[in-house]
Parts: sequence; C-alpha cells; structure tokens
Amino acid sequence: MSPEIEMSLYVLILAVPLGLQLVQRVSPLLHTPLMSLTNAISAISVVGAILIAGAGGASKFSQVLGCVAVVASTINIVSGFLITDRMLKMFRKKDK
Amino acid sequence: MEQIWQIAYIVAALSIIGSIKWLSSPATARRGVWAGQLGMFFAVVGTLLRHEVVDYEWILISIFIGAAIGAPLAYLMPMTAVPQLTALSHAFGALAAALVGTAEYYRLTPTGFTMTALVIETVLGYLTFTASIMAFGKLQELVPTRPITYKGQNFVNIALLLFAISLGLWMIFEPAPSWVFPTFTGLSLLFGVLLIIPIGGGDMPTVIALLNSYAGAACAAMGFALSNRLLIIAGALNAASGFILSVIMCKAMNRSFLNVLFGAFGQVQEGASAQMSTKPVHSATAEDAAAIMAGARKIIVVPGYGMAVAQAQHKLRELTDALTKRGVEVRFAIHPVAGRMPGHMNVLLAEADIPYDKMHEMEEINPDFAEADIALVIGANDVVNPAARHDTASPIFGMPILDVDKAHTVMVIKRSMNPGFAGIDNELYYMDRTLMLFGDAKTFVAEIVKDLSAQS
Repeated sequence: MSPEIEMSLYVLILAVPLGLQLVQRVSPLLHTPLMSLTNAISAISVVGAILIAGAGGASKFSQVLGCVAVVASTINIVSGFLITDRMLKMFRKKDK
Repeated sequence: MEQIWQIAYIVAALSIIGSIKWLSSPATARRGVWAGQLGMFFAVVGTLLRHEVVDYEWILISIFIGAAIGAPLAYLMPMTAVPQLTALSHAFGALAAALVGTAEYYRLTPTGFTMTALVIETVLGYLTFTASIMAFGKLQELVPTRPITYKGQNFVNIALLLFAISLGLWMIFEPAPSWVFPTFTGLSLLFGVLLIIPIGGGDMPTVIALLNSYAGAACAAMGFALSNRLLIIAGALNAASGFILSVIMCKAMNRSFLNVLFGAFGQVQEGASAQMSTKPVHSATAEDAAAIMAGARKIIVVPGYGMAVAQAQHKLRELTDALTKRGVEVRFAIHPVAGRMPGHMNVLLAEADIPYDKMHEMEEINPDFAEADIALVIGANDVVNPAARHDTASPIFGMPILDVDKAHTVMVIKRSMNPGFAGIDNELYYMDRTLMLFGDAKTFVAEIVKDLSAQS
C-alpha cells in the first residue's frame, strides 16, 4: 500500500466518527437546515471538477465533462447555502 | 505557490467541520452557514491556485452559469418545496462527482486501488443523480407518488446491481474493453431510477437522507481517487450526516432500511378501512371549537404535512397569538416524520413566525398530553394513530406516535374521512373525546380565530 493511500485511509477512519458525533448533536429542530447545509458541502466535488476543467493539454471531451461538472456543483453549492441561510433566518426564539 | 493551496485546503477542512458543529443549536446556526461558505470559498480558491489548473476562462464562465441557476432556485422555492429543492440539489452534486469520475477514467484508465475508488465514485454518483431526479419528480408530483411495483422487481434490481458491480470489478482487475465503462454508467443510471420507483411518497424523508449519504460517499471516493484529503473529510462528514438522519427516520417509522428500500409501503389496507368507516364520529363547528379553546389552559397542536399543503401555518400563528393573549398555553408537538424531510415541520412553523422554543420533539412532549386540555391535530394522521401501539395487524404497528389520545379533548381538523397518506384508518377519530372539525385547515382555523375574537 502506498503511503498516499495509507494516509487517506487514516483520514477516513478519523473523519467518519467525527461526522457521526457532530451530527448526533444537532437538534432535530434543525434537521432540515442540516440536510441542506451538508448538501451544499457535498458539492465540494467542485474541487475535482475544477481540476478536470482547468487541466492543460486535456482532451475536449474531458474539458466539457469538467465544465458541466463545475456548473452542476456550483448550482448545488449556491442553492444549498442560500436556502439554508433563508431557513435559519426564520428561526427565532421569543415573541417580540 | 505549492504551500498556499495546501494551507487553503486545511482552512477549508477546519471551516467545514466548524460549520456542522455550529449548526447544532439555533443560536449559532447562522455562523455555521457562514463557516461553510468560507470553507467552500477556500476550497475553490485553493484549487484555482494549483499549478495543474491552467485554463481559467471556462471555469469562471461555468461557475457564473452555476451561480445564475442556483441562486434563483434557492430564493424562488417556497418552504414547502425545500425537500424537492434538496433532492434536485443532490442530483446536481452527484452528477458533478460522476462526471469527474468519468473524465478521470478516460484520462488515466487506471486499475487497482484508484479504479476501485473511481468505480465507487461513478456508481454512487450516477445512481444518486437519477434517484434524486426521481425523488424530485415524486415530491413535485411530476411522477406518481404511489409505489410502483411489479412481480420480480427486487430480483430485477438486484440482478442489475450485481451486473454493474461485476463490470466494475472487471475494470478494477484489468483494463476492460471500451464498451464496459459506458455500460457500467448506463446500468448505474438505470438502477437509480428503479431504486426509487417502488418507494412511496411517505418514505421520501428517509430516501432523501439516504441520497445525501450517497452523495457524501461519492465525494469521499473521489478524494481517494485524487488523493485529496479535503474531499475525504467533507465527503465523510456528509455521508455520516445522511446516514444518521435516515436511521432516525427509519426509527420514527419503526422500519428497517431494507424495508424502506424494498418494502413498497403505502398500499391502502382495503379490509381494515372498510370495516371501520361505518362507525359514527362526533363533529363540531368552529364556534364550538372556539368556545372549548377559550376555556382551556393548555393546548398542544399537532401539525402534519396536510397543514402545510393547506397553507394553514399563518392562520395557525394567528390562533396561537389569540389564545396566548387569553392566557392559554399553546405548544407544538412535532413527530420526526412530520413533513416531507427530517425537521421540515419546524421550518414551516418557523416561516409562520412561530418561535422555536414552542416546538417540542415527540419524546419531550409525549408525557404532557395527559395534562393537556386540548390536543389539536391539523393535517396529521398516521403519527397520531393509537393502532400503532396495540394493533399488531396494523401496518404501522410499533411506530412511535404522539400520545394525542391521552389529552382531555382531541380535536382533529380534517377535510373528510378519507384515510391518510399511508391509507390506514385511524381509531382516534371514533373516540368519545374526539371532535372532528371537517373542512379546509386554513379556513377552519381562520373561523376559529374569528369566533374567538367575537367572544372577547
């Protein structure tokens, strides 16, 4: 196993329990915003998309795939964060 | 330059972790969104600074197009449509992951470990893409919401999945002929569609959460393929979040994962409903209801998705205000599966300006029903059906419910005696202490408000 893979596996086995812990603490009150926020975060695949779309000397085919992927993940990022914020703005505690 | 993007990625990872941590309570939640955006900003800028990226023009144009589509989506969708929007958003994210995987495959044609990661990434990406589109269609009612089943369905689905997996294994072990990857892609896309077809509208909360989890897993797999730890961290957080939410949803419906995915729940139980619907019920007018409410001290409102469909939440807010002014304590009991996705009902009530400290979870408020003068059920059905406690023959037997029947008086606002979403009759309606308020939720609540103010 290459050191690269080994390191990635270590990161994974630490990140999964961290995620489980963090999410379990989120109040059920906020489960919908949690879902739209993690939905936005899942669009971190934009990183891979940019690397494909911007690579020098790549084929037209892979550039097109990359650009479509950038468009798709940007839609996901923008709509995910905006709707989360829109929802959270509505949560208030006491009567005026 | 080398160090700058690495530092940007580390900051991005930290921000994303902080973002979910801060989301845990409403007081810090907006900071969580802010941190998430910051994290994403650093991830994008860091990537643009990498020396592999040489061609900026198309990337910037693509980002611009994406933002121009995404922003109106988020602002124009009504709050009842948040589940659809989330499903649609998943579809885009998953498509991105799948396309990146496809491009990587054609660029490198790898085998072994990298290919394993690419296979997982593309199969999850493509199936989540079509499954999310289907979920969107069902939630938006563009495709029939009832489960579509046929004989041998599970067999067909499993056979298809096994075929896709064996093609994946082939590509992992040796460079496969050129038809293999496109076939593999097609099978993954098809499997996503077939996966959602037999699932009923009532199970959508679980399914959306599960798709969220898949999208995260696809991202983490991409992280392995590209040796990018930021992707692994963000993907793993996401997968964990979706997984926990779907487990919570399953528990709230007393069902297993496999049952949700392969159970085809939701057909009307002909025998049971035909038997019970002949029994008499007590009905009451808005005026009667207002008089009883005016004399109550404690009222617990149980809203269901029917309330949101009728757009009754703003009138409900007026009713709450009127009653609170009279010194009546009004609280809201929220079942985990109320609405079309986890926590959806809280968002709908918050939109109507109902303070969140009046919304209570099932376990928290269930003991209080015995002391409540009135339990007012609006647009909820299965989550208040006492049959879940004692009727072993009922399809919802064992599902945790709100103990509405323990309240002194039960009022149910309902359009007619038709059975609810799961097609199961509800014995709550035939109790002596239950008053049925027949009518549209919005107009009925408005009438109660009017009668209340007339009395004072």
